[in-house]
Parts: sequence; structure tokens; C-alpha cells
Amino acid sequence: MNRYSIFSLIRNSVNYHQDWQRAWRSPDPKKEYDVVIVGGGGHGLATAYYLAKECGITNVAIIEKGWIGGGNTGRNTTIVRSNYLWDESAGIYEHAMKLWENLSTDLNYNVMFSQRGLLHLAHSVHDMQEIGRRGNAIHLNGIDSEFLSPAQIKEMVPFININCRYPVMGALLQKRGGTARHDAVAWGYARAADAMGVDIIQNCEVTGFRMENNTVKGVETSRGFIGAKKVGCVVAGNCSVLAEMAGFRLPIESFPLQALVSEPIKPILDCVVMSGSIHAYISQSDKGELVIGAGSDAYNSYSQRGGFDIIEETVGPVVELYPIFSRMKMLRQWGGIVDVTVDRSPLISKTPVDNLFFNCGWGTGGFKATPGSGNVFAHSIAKGEMHPIAEPFSINRFNSGALIDEGAAAAVAH
Amino acid sequence: MLIIECPWCGKRDQTEFSCHGEAHIARPLNTEELSEEEWGDYVFFRKNPKGLHYERWVHAHGCRRWFNVARNTLSDHIHGSYKPGETPPTIDTQEVSQ
Repeated sequence: MNRYSIFSLIRNSVNYHQDWQRAWRSPDPKKEYDVVIVGGGGHGLATAYYLAKECGITNVAIIEKGWIGGGNTGRNTTIVRSNYLWDESAGIYEHAMKLWENLSTDLNYNVMFSQRGLLHLAHSVHDMQEIGRRGNAIHLNGIDSEFLSPAQIKEMVPFININCRYPVMGALLQKRGGTARHDAVAWGYARAADAMGVDIIQNCEVTGFRMENNTVKGVETSRGFIGAKKVGCVVAGNCSVLAEMAGFRLPIESFPLQALVSEPIKPILDCVVMSGSIHAYISQSDKGELVIGAGSDAYNSYSQRGGFDIIEETVGPVVELYPIFSRMKMLRQWGGIVDVTVDRSPLISKTPVDNLFFNCGWGTGGFKATPGSGNVFAHSIAKGEMHPIAEPFSINRFNSGALIDEGAAAAVAH
Repeated sequence: MLIIECPWCGKRDQTEFSCHGEAHIARPLNTEELSEEEWGDYVFFRKNPKGLHYERWVHAHGCRRWFNVARNTLSDHIHGSYKPGETPPTIDTQEVSQ
């Protein structure tokens, strides 16, 4: 792997940038791997990267049915934060945040991680109590959070309409929160994993699992059988489909979640502003587009589109909160299929099949966890025992009742 | 946006309805004998299929009655609605895959 640096940039500019090496290879699958990761999104690529880097397992393949980062990794609203209520959530999201803070250096790839600050607005007494409870819980976990008055909010976002239909009464600020460039996260992990010997196999769909004595032996794919000592599935909305192939069900349902971006404009919004109760969250990309996250549809679907009524429900509150945006044109709208658990917390777990691991259920907010999720999942697969941070997210919690109910904190906010 | 046929009111816009997930999950009768696994399975675990899905809807902003819908979750094509207690219509799987 050629290192990216100011010197490589100068060297390549001499040749009009025609000699840049491909960022990763496109190998044919080997007969067998130590670990096969199904799903080439951010979480899967991160898993392979940390398997190679921290666990010394480089005989790894990532199998992706489309192209890497083409699913929810390329469809989310790129928000990163770690201000969750419960200790278990704080554990994994803050683990991710710490990895985010050094990720560009670690990968030698600029993921454009920008800790521009993230506001959670409160619009009612109940909202104020909720952010009060959550803000204090976050403090106790050693994570940054601040309470802001409406005047302080106005200072950060001068054009916000404080006295809208549901007046803004306060906000919770996480200064370390922000955004990252979602595609760069996938590409950076892919390039760094590939450099350590991980095979990235695109356009290769898993069609089944080969099992003996309830132990997984490999995956059947559209490019033939690929043997594996261990298999990790990180396929978001399609996790129930893979689980069915392996003969079990998951406590998960899949829904389309939409987002939309406006035409690009000059810099106006330099932080992320989210409002759970009226469901409007918005940030501005470095290109200048306003990135708006919508809600998920209320019925199961794999359609990757989403309903028009959801768009209306989303832009209504945005315009109410920011009247200045009322004449903005929306350029693109899309949907991704999110895998939602009832407690809105992920599954990082062993399964009823030996040596088959699942990492799914990230629902509407998995992007922010990408480094942490991949990191603990890699350690869990390598060791065969769940990493302490991943342990509470076992599938067994739906039988024992030890749910991690982030519904109030994260059901709509990403 | 879907057009859904309420068995009592006819075709209406989807925004009049609310969806309540997988249909035909019978509540266990021997509740005191159930293990944690069986309870968890009944309450939380779902088929979540990519393709034909039998699901419960309620006409929340209409007659407020419950019914079932057979829908393809990949194309969102609706095969039909039927009243609670009725046998689900058999759907040609060839048609479903299209």
C-alpha cells in the first residue's frame, strides 16, 4: 500500500495523477478462509480491519453482494455521537467515539471526521426532563454533554425559530459529536484491511450456509462455495434473510429509513441539530448540501424507497424550525433498509449455530458506531467469546428480559 | 405510498391505517408453563421475510377495525386483504418473486 501524504500528493501531481495505485485489490475467492465476513459495509469492513490489525488474523474475506459501502453505509446522514442513556450503550458508542477521534491517522485515509458539535433540542417539559436525565447519566459515564438555554442555542444557530409551534426550551450539546464522510469510512477501512491481506470480494452474494453438526463450515455464494472456520454476518436490513438460511429467527424487523439532501448552499449551519420530538434533524455537508434525516416507515419493507408521507412529515418541522430553508430545493431522496430491534439496541452475538456470529440490529443509527462495532466484533470472533463491551448485546437478552431500552434516546435520533 | 383495501370500507390511502406487524401469531394458552425461551420467541422474534408477508393493519382513522394484508415486502405490491379469522389467501410464489 502506498502511503498517502503530502509527499505522495506532490510526487503524483508531477505525473498528472495518473499513477495512483488502486486502493484495494479485486481478488478471486480462495477455497477457505479463517474468517469470512458477510457484508461489505462499514461495520463489516471495520471488523475485517481489526481482525487483521489487532487479532493477527489476516486470512479473512469480506463477501459483498453489491459494491462495498453501497448499502446503509452510503445512505445514512453521517452523524456521529455517543450521548446515550444506558451504561451498555455508553460503553460501545463511546468506544467508537474514541476510535473515530484517531481514525484518519490510523487508516492513513481522511475520513473527514468533524467534531462540530451536536445539539438535541427539547420542546416540552417532558423533553427537558428527558435531556436532564440523559445528560446527567452521560456525565456519570464520563462523556461530555452540556445543557444549553434557548439564548445559547440562538447563539449557535442564529436563524433558528425558537418560538415555533413547539417552542425550543433547551438543548443537550455534545461538543465531541459531529459528522464523518460516510463513503470515506468504507473506503478507508477497505484500503487498510486490503493492505494487510484481507480479500474484498464484491458482486458475490451469499445464498446459504454449509453446516455440519450444527457448526458452520462455510458459505455458498453466487461464485461457488467458500470455506470458513468462522463466519461473521454484518448485513443490516438483510440479517433476517441470512438468519433464515442458517435456520433461526431474529428479534428484528426491517424498515425503510429515508434521508434527503438539498441543493448546495454557502456555509450556514456549522453544527448538527436534531430534534427527536418533532423529528427534524439536519446538518450541512462540506459540499454545502443540507442533509436531512427522515423517519422510518411504519411497515416492514425491503424496498429501499420509503413512503412520500414520511418526507412531508420531515420537511414540515424543518421549515417550522428554520423558516429560512423554506424555499430550498431538495436534490435527492433515498431509502435504506434498517434492522430494528424492539429495544433499539444492536445485536452483537453468538447464534444457535457454532462459529457463526451476527452483528446487526443497529436500526436507524448504526453509522456512528462503525469503528467500535467492528472492533468489538473482531475481538469476539477471534476469541470465540464475546468482548466485554459486546456481551450485554447478546441475542439472549430477548429471552432473559435484560433489554437495553434506548427507545427514548435513540428511536428517531441518529 | 400504499393504497390499502379495508375489507369494510374499501380502498383508502395508507396514511389512514397503522401497521402492527406479522399476522397469525397465536398467544400461547399454557402461559404459566412457558420457558423464558418460549416467551421471548413469542414476544420478540419475527420472520421478517423478504417477499410475501402476512401482516396486521388497523383502519385507525376510519372504521378502526383490524384486518390482515398479504404484501410483498420487496416490491410493496399488495396481494389482498382479508378479515381476521379468515384463511389467508394462497399466493402463487411465482407471482411473489416478480
